[in-house]
Amino acid sequence: MNEEQSTPKRDAIPRPPRWAQYLMERITASHLYEELAGDLDELFHKRGRRYGYTKARLLYVWDFLLLLHPRLWRREPTPYFKPRHTRYNDISKTFFFHPTMIRNYLKIAFRNLLKNKSYSAINIGGLAVGMAVAMLIGIWITDEVSANKHHKNYETLYQVKMHQTFDGRRGTQDALPFPMGDELKAKYPDFKAVAMCDWGSNRSLVVGNQKFLKDGHFIGQDAIDMFSLNILNGDKQPLKEPYSIVLTDETAHAIFGNQDPIGKMLKLDNTVDLKVTAVVTKQPKNATLQFDYLLPWHLQEKMYDWIAKFHKTNWGNNSWATYVQLKDGISPEQTNAKIKNVVLSHLSDNANTVKLIKPEVFIHPMAKWRLYSDFEEGKNTGGFIKYVRLFGIFGLFILVIACINFMNLSTARSEKRAKEVGVRKAVGSGREQLIGQFLSESILIATMALVLALVIVLISLPYFNTLTEKTMAIQFDSPIFWVVTLVFTLFTGLLAGSYPALYLSSFNPVKILKGGVHVGKSASLPRKVLVVVQFTFSIVLMIGTIIIYQQIQHGKNRPIGFNNSGLISVNSSKDLIEHFDALRNELLATGAVTSICKSNSPPTQIWSNNNGWEWKGSTPEEKSVVFSTIATNFDYINTIGIKLKEGRDFSRDFTTDSSGVILNEAAVKRMSLKHPVGEILKWNGKARKVVGVIPDIMMESPYRAISPLTIVFEKDWVSFVCVRINPSVASSVAIKKIAPIFDKYNPGFPFDYKFSDTEYAKKFSYEELIGNLSAIISLLAVFISCLGLFGLASFMAEQRTKEIGIRKVLGASVANVWRLLSKDFVQLVIISCLVASPIAWYAMSQWLKDYTYKIDIQFGVFLMVLIMALAITLLTVSYQAIKAALLNPVKSLKSE
Amino acid sequence: MKGTQLGEFEELILLTIALLYDDAYSVAVVEELAQRLERPMSLGAVHRTMQRLEEKGLVQSRFGESTAERGGRRKRLFTVTTAGEQILQEARKVRNDLWAGISKAAFGGGVV
Repeated sequence: MNEEQSTPKRDAIPRPPRWAQYLMERITASHLYEELAGDLDELFHKRGRRYGYTKARLLYVWDFLLLLHPRLWRREPTPYFKPRHTRYNDISKTFFFHPTMIRNYLKIAFRNLLKNKSYSAINIGGLAVGMAVAMLIGIWITDEVSANKHHKNYETLYQVKMHQTFDGRRGTQDALPFPMGDELKAKYPDFKAVAMCDWGSNRSLVVGNQKFLKDGHFIGQDAIDMFSLNILNGDKQPLKEPYSIVLTDETAHAIFGNQDPIGKMLKLDNTVDLKVTAVVTKQPKNATLQFDYLLPWHLQEKMYDWIAKFHKTNWGNNSWATYVQLKDGISPEQTNAKIKNVVLSHLSDNANTVKLIKPEVFIHPMAKWRLYSDFEEGKNTGGFIKYVRLFGIFGLFILVIACINFMNLSTARSEKRAKEVGVRKAVGSGREQLIGQFLSESILIATMALVLALVIVLISLPYFNTLTEKTMAIQFDSPIFWVVTLVFTLFTGLLAGSYPALYLSSFNPVKILKGGVHVGKSASLPRKVLVVVQFTFSIVLMIGTIIIYQQIQHGKNRPIGFNNSGLISVNSSKDLIEHFDALRNELLATGAVTSICKSNSPPTQIWSNNNGWEWKGSTPEEKSVVFSTIATNFDYINTIGIKLKEGRDFSRDFTTDSSGVILNEAAVKRMSLKHPVGEILKWNGKARKVVGVIPDIMMESPYRAISPLTIVFEKDWVSFVCVRINPSVASSVAIKKIAPIFDKYNPGFPFDYKFSDTEYAKKFSYEELIGNLSAIISLLAVFISCLGLFGLASFMAEQRTKEIGIRKVLGASVANVWRLLSKDFVQLVIISCLVASPIAWYAMSQWLKDYTYKIDIQFGVFLMVLIMALAITLLTVSYQAIKAALLNPVKSLKSE
Repeated sequence: MKGTQLGEFEELILLTIALLYDDAYSVAVVEELAQRLERPMSLGAVHRTMQRLEEKGLVQSRFGESTAERGGRRKRLFTVTTAGEQILQEARKVRNDLWAGISKAAFGGGVV
C-alpha cells in the first residue's frame, strides 16, 4: 500500500461552499429547499466537470445570490391545484402581523369586549382617564417648553443680567443701568441689535372721552426686528420717532374699533400726545415679552425729567432690562468674557463699595428664560423646569397606574381566557400568534381609550386653561401631535398588553384542557406587586397633595402684621400728586374714608431695595447691606394699619421728620440697635433719625423670611395712593363715593383701584396652581387605582364563588366572607403605604427646601393617608365582597 | 387570448418543458434554454417562472428520482397541463396568423 491510497484526500469529492449551503438552508422556504438545493448541487457538479471547480464554486454563490428573491424565501407553499382567489388560506403558520390574522384578532377582541361589558368599561375608562391626564400634562409641558419659540431670532436672543454681591451673598438680577444699551451697541461689535426695556406698567390711554388702562413698555427700536414682531399695519420702524406708539391688534380694536388706527392720536398718562405708528400681532400667552402697546425708549426722557437728570449717565442705579441679539456665529461665552466688566469699569469712583459688590455682567439665552432662570450664588440652578419635570413624572405615574390596571385585570381574567388559549394552541396556533392577538386586543383597547381620552381632553381643556391661566389648545392640524399621539397610544397598548400577552401565551394547552388551570398563587404574585406599585404611586401623590395644601395654608395663616381688609391702592399720577391735599380733604369729608397716604409701592409689595446705610458701629463693608425701602409721607402707618412697637408715625408736628426713618424689627436686629428710637443713621451720607419701630410686616413673599425694612420719608417719591375705607361703610358704597373724587383730580386716568386683600391672595396663585393640579392628579390616581381594585375584587370573588358557597353552607357568616376577601387587599395597601411614606417624605422635604417659612412634615399626615387609603380600599372591595357573601350558596354550588 | 396572460419568458419556459417531456426540471430547462438562446440563464429566474406557471395552472409537478449528484435530493419534474397546451397553441396560432398576414413588401427593403 502506498501512502496516497491509504490516506485519500479529504476533499476528494469537491463540495460547494459550505457557508452558502448553510445560508441556503436558513433562508429558503422549507417546501422549496429540497429542489433548489438539489438544483444548485447538480449545476455545481456539472459546471465543475466542464469549467473546473473554482469557477463552479463562484457560480454556485452567484446563483445562490440570484435566488434571493422574496418569492423563494420563507414563503408558504401555494397549494397545488388550489382554486384561485381563495379567502381560506391556510394561515396556521402565517407570521403574526399578516393582515388576515389582524382582522381575525380584532374580531375576536371586539367580541371579547362586548361579552364582558363591565370589564371593558373599567379597562377603557381607566385607561382613558389616565391617557387624558397624561395628554393634558403633555399639552401643558409643550406650552411651557415652546415658550418664546415663536420669535424668529430665538437662537440668538439674550437677556443681559448681572451678578452682584451684597452682604456676602451673590445675587443675580435683570435690572441694569440706563446707559447700558447705548454702551453695548456702541462698543461691542458682537451685538446685532440691542434694546433696553422698562418693566412695564399700567398707563392710561385716552382718546376723546374714552379712557383705557393698558400695560406696556418703553422699549428700544431694535426690539421690533429682534423679537420679530409681526407688523400688521403701519410703519416698519414704528418706534423711531419719540412721540409714537405701537398697539397690539387687540388694543387697537378695543380703542378704535374697526377704524384704521394708523396716524390716529392718543394721550398717554394725560401728559403727552402720541401718534399710532403701527399695529402688531399680540404676543402668545406663553411669551416672556407681554404688552398691550410699546413706546419708544427715548420717550421716557421726554416724559420724566428725572431720567434725563439722574439716569442718563448713571451706572449705579439698576432699573431697566436689556435685551440683545448676537450676530450669527458669535458664541455667548466669547461675549460674556468681553462684557463681564461693563458696569464695573464705570464705577471706579467708589472703589471700596464696588470691590465688594463685584458687578459681573453676562447674557442669558432666550431658550432658558422660561424654565432656567433661577440663580444661586451666581450659578444657574434651573427654575420652573422642576415643575415641568414634576408634572411630567406625575403624568407618567398616572399612565403607569392606568396600564397596571389593564395588566392586572387581563391576568386576573386569565383563567377565563385560559380555555380559549388552550383550544387555540391545540388547533395549531403558535405562541407568536397568541401574543399578536393579545397585543392587538390591548392596542384596540388603547385606541378606544384614546378616542375617549380625546373627548375628555376636549371637554376639560377650557377648565384646565382657567386653572393654569393659559390658552392651550389641541393642535389637531399639527402632524407632530398626531404622530406623538399615535406613538403614545401604541406604546400604551404595548406596555399594557405586554405582560398579559407573554403570560397568557405561555400556557401549556394540555394542562389547560385537561382540567382547567389553577393559575394559583405564583400567578397572583406579580399582580400583587403591581397593585403595590400602583398604590405606592397613588399614596405618594396623596401625601404630596396634603403637604402642599398644608404649606399653602401655613403661608395663608401667616400673620401679616397689618390690616389687609378695606385697604385699597390707586395708581398715582402727576395730577394726583399735585392735588393730593385737596384730594385727601375731599375723601375724608365723604366719611367713607378714614385715612389716606402716598407711597412708592402698593401695600402688598415692596419695590425698592437700597444699600448705603450706615449705623452706629457699622463697618465700611456693611454699606453694601441691602434694605427694603418704602418711601412715604404722612399717615402711612395709620393707613396701612400697622401697630407700632415703639416710637411714632411721621408727624406734621415735627418738621425734622422730613429726614426721619421708621425701621422694622428685622432691620433693628440687622443693625444691632439696642435703643433704636432717636438713633441717628446715615443713608448715602445724609443723616436720618429713627422715629419709630414697627413689627415685621409681611409685604413680600408669604414663604420667605421678612427682610430688614426702612420706611423713609420722601415727599414726592410716589407711585401709589393708599386709602383706608371706613369699616362702617360697605366697600361697594365707599367705592361709589370716592370714585367721582378720583375722577375729578385724576382726569387722565380711569379710576383703577386694587383691594389689597385680593392682591395679597394672588401671592398664593402659584402654589395654589401646583396644589390644585396635584390634588386633581392624585384624586384621579386614587380613582383609577380603585377602579382597578374594584375589577380585581370582582374577579377574585367570582373565582372563589364555589369556595364561598361551601364556607357558607358550613356556617360562615357574611362578615367572615367579607373579611376573607378584603384581607389580601388591606395587606397590599399597608405595604404600599410603607413603601410610599419614605419616598413621599423625601420628595416633599426637597420641595419644601425652597421655602424659608415652611411647615414641618408631620407623622400624622402619613397616618391620615394610611387610614384614608384603607378606607377607600375597603369601600371599593367591600361592594364585591359583600355581594359575593350574600350570594345564595345553593345557586353557586349547583354545578355546571 | 383572453384570461391568463403569458409573458415571453414564460412562453419560452413552457415550450422548453414541453420539449423536454418527462425530464423537464429546472436544471435541464436552464441548460436547454441557455444553449438555445446562447445567453447565461439564472436559475432563480427559471424557478420563479416555473412557480408562477404552476400557480397559473399551466404546468403541474411531481417529485422525481434522487441522484447522488444532487446530494441525494429529489428533483421536481414538470409537465404541461391541458391548459398549458391550450395556451401554447393559441399563442402559436396568433403568431402564425400574424406571419401569414405580413406582406412580402414589409421585409427585404420592399419592392423598388
